[in-house]
Amino acid sequence: MTRRLMQGSQAIAEAAILSGCRFFTGYPMLPFTELLENMARKLPATGGVCINANSEIEAINMALGAAATGARAGTGSCGQGLALMQEGIAELALNELPLVVFNMARGQQDYFQATRGGGWGDYRTITLAPKDVPEAVAHTQLLFDLADRYRTPTILYGDYVIAHSSVGIEVERLDFDPLPAKDWALDGSMSGTGEARQIWTWARGKPNTPGPGPNRAWKTIAEKYEEIARVEPRFEANRTEDAEILVVSFGTTAIFVDRVVDELRAEGVRIGSFRPITLWPFPGEALAEATEGCAQVLVYELNAGQMVDDVRMFAADRSAIRSIGGVSQDNSGMRQGDLLNAEEVRTRVQHAMAQPPAAVPSGRTSS
Amino acid sequence: MTTIDTTSVPDQPSRQVVGFKPDLLQSGDHELCPGCGHPVAWRLVLDVIAELELSNRSILIAGHGCYTQMMKLSDLDSLQCLHGRAPAVATGVKRMVPDAAVFTLQGDGDMVSEGLHEVLHAAARGERVTALLFNNGVFGDTGGHLTATTVIGQRTKTSLEGREAEAHGYPIDVSRLIAQMEGTAYAARGAVNTPGMVARTKRMIRRAVELQMAGAGFTFVEVLTMCPTGWFVPTPAGPEYLEESMMETFGIGELKAPE
Repeated sequence: MTRRLMQGSQAIAEAAILSGCRFFTGYPMLPFTELLENMARKLPATGGVCINANSEIEAINMALGAAATGARAGTGSCGQGLALMQEGIAELALNELPLVVFNMARGQQDYFQATRGGGWGDYRTITLAPKDVPEAVAHTQLLFDLADRYRTPTILYGDYVIAHSSVGIEVERLDFDPLPAKDWALDGSMSGTGEARQIWTWARGKPNTPGPGPNRAWKTIAEKYEEIARVEPRFEANRTEDAEILVVSFGTTAIFVDRVVDELRAEGVRIGSFRPITLWPFPGEALAEATEGCAQVLVYELNAGQMVDDVRMFAADRSAIRSIGGVSQDNSGMRQGDLLNAEEVRTRVQHAMAQPPAAVPSGRTSS
Repeated sequence: MTTIDTTSVPDQPSRQVVGFKPDLLQSGDHELCPGCGHPVAWRLVLDVIAELELSNRSILIAGHGCYTQMMKLSDLDSLQCLHGRAPAVATGVKRMVPDAAVFTLQGDGDMVSEGLHEVLHAAARGERVTALLFNNGVFGDTGGHLTATTVIGQRTKTSLEGREAEAHGYPIDVSRLIAQMEGTAYAARGAVNTPGMVARTKRMIRRAVELQMAGAGFTFVEVLTMCPTGWFVPTPAGPEYLEESMMETFGIGELKAPE
C-alpha cells in the first residue's frame, strides 16, 4: 500500500469501514456532510447500509437500532446537529450500546457538549479530539474498539480543518485486543425460548429473567465510567519537564500552539504544551504533573472558556491559570476564525508572559 | 345432547380455555387497568407471530406508554426505545437483521404526537417492518391527557370541557396519512371492542406480518383500544364508548392493501 492523497472525510470514512462499521446514517450538515457522502459512496460495496436521515433525531435512533443488533454503527453531524442527538446518546449510554458519533465540528464550542453532554442520567461519552487527519484515522478505529469494549457511545471531535484538509495518507488497520462476544445483541433468536433478551434503560428484565432494575443498573454503569476515567485518559505533553509556562489546547488548535512553543523554545523561553487527546476522560493527573512548578498555565481554546474548567480542576496551582483563547468563528460560522493562527497564539502567549498572573484577580483574562 | 352431571364434583376443575395464555407471554400478570383494550390487542399480535412460526426470529421495539407492559411480559427479544422513535430504531434493526420479523409498538401519544416524523419517514422509505399503533385517543399512562388523536368533544385533563377544534385543533387520522405513502404496502385500522372486531383485527395483523415477511414494504395496523380510565367513563361502558367516539371519527377497515 502507498500513500494516497485524500480529504480527511474520506480517510475517516475508510477508517470506519476498515473498523467494520456497517451501518451509517446522518443528516447533511457542514462540515460533516463529506463524511456522510463518503460513507454513502463506500458502505454499500461492503454489504453495509448508509441512510440519509430526515433529522438528527432520526439518525441517532436508527443508529441505536443498528447497534442493538450488534452491528458496528456510526452517525454524526456538527455540534449543532449533535445538540439534537443528546437524548439518543444518553439512551445509548444507559442501554450500554456501542456507537461512534462523529462531531465534525464548526469550531471548539462543543467541548461542554462532548464532555458534559445534554442527555439525562449518569453517563459519559469517551471523546477523542485528533489534531490532524492521520490521528483522526487512528482515533476512528480506536473509538470503534472502545465503544464495543465498554459498551458505550463514543465521540470523535473533529472539525472543518480535519474534514476538509487533503493529505497524503495510508489508511492502515490497527490491531486491538480481542473483544467479548455480543451475547446481548438482538437478532430475534432468543424469542420464544423462555429467555428472550431485553434492552431497556430501566433494566428490569422479564418475568423469567429479572434484571437488576434501574438503581443497580445505573450504579453499575456509573462504576464503568469511573473505570474508564482511570484507565483511558490520553494526552500529549511537549517539553513540559522544565517548563515555566505551559500552554494547554486541544484538537487542531494544538498544532498552532506547538509551532509557537517550538519557536519560543528556540528563543530560550522555558515553555511547553499539553494536549488532552481524550477530552473525556480528561487526563487530569497528567496535567497536574505537567503544571507542577509552572508560573503560568495558559489555556488556548477557541471558545469563551470551556476546557479551562477542567484545567482548573487539576492544575497544580489554580492561580497560574489564564484563558488566552476566545470565541473565534469566521463570518460563515462554519469554521474557526482568526485565532486559529500561529501569530495570534504567539502574540497572546507573549502578552501573558509580560503580565504576571498575580496582577489578574480571577486567574483569567478577557479575550 | 350432552347432559352435565351436577350431582357430584367433576373429575377436573373447570377452566376458561385450554392454553389461554399465549406461549410468547412469560406471564399474564400485567398492571393495566380494568377494561383496558391493550392486552386483547397484544394477544392478537403474539398469536399471529406463533401461527406464522416467527417466534424465534421476532424482535419487538416498544415505545413508552401503558403497552410497555407488553415488552416486559412477552418472550420476545425486545428493545424499549425513546418516546416517538420506534420506527427509526426498527429501521436500524431491520436493515442489519433483514430476516427478522420486526415489530414496533406505540400508542397514539408516542406515534402520532411525539413521533409523527419518524413513522411517516419509515413508511415513505418502505421499511419492511410491522408498525402497530394502539390508539386509545388519550395519554393513558399519564392519567388522561390530550393526544394528537383525541377526538373532538373528548374530555381530558388538558381539555377539561372536551376537545374543541378552535382551542386544540383536530385529531390526526394517521392511518390515512400512512396509507398515502408510496412505501406503504399495507395500512389498516381495527378495534378490539367486540368479538367480531377482535377477529377482524387479527386478520389485519396477520396480513401485515405476512406482507412484511414477503418484503412488500412498510406495514401498519392501527388498533382502536379502550381506555375507560383515561376517558373518565365507567369500565363496562368502554367498548360502546369506543364505538361512539373514536370508531365514529376514524372508521374501520383496510386503507391500503395489495390487490
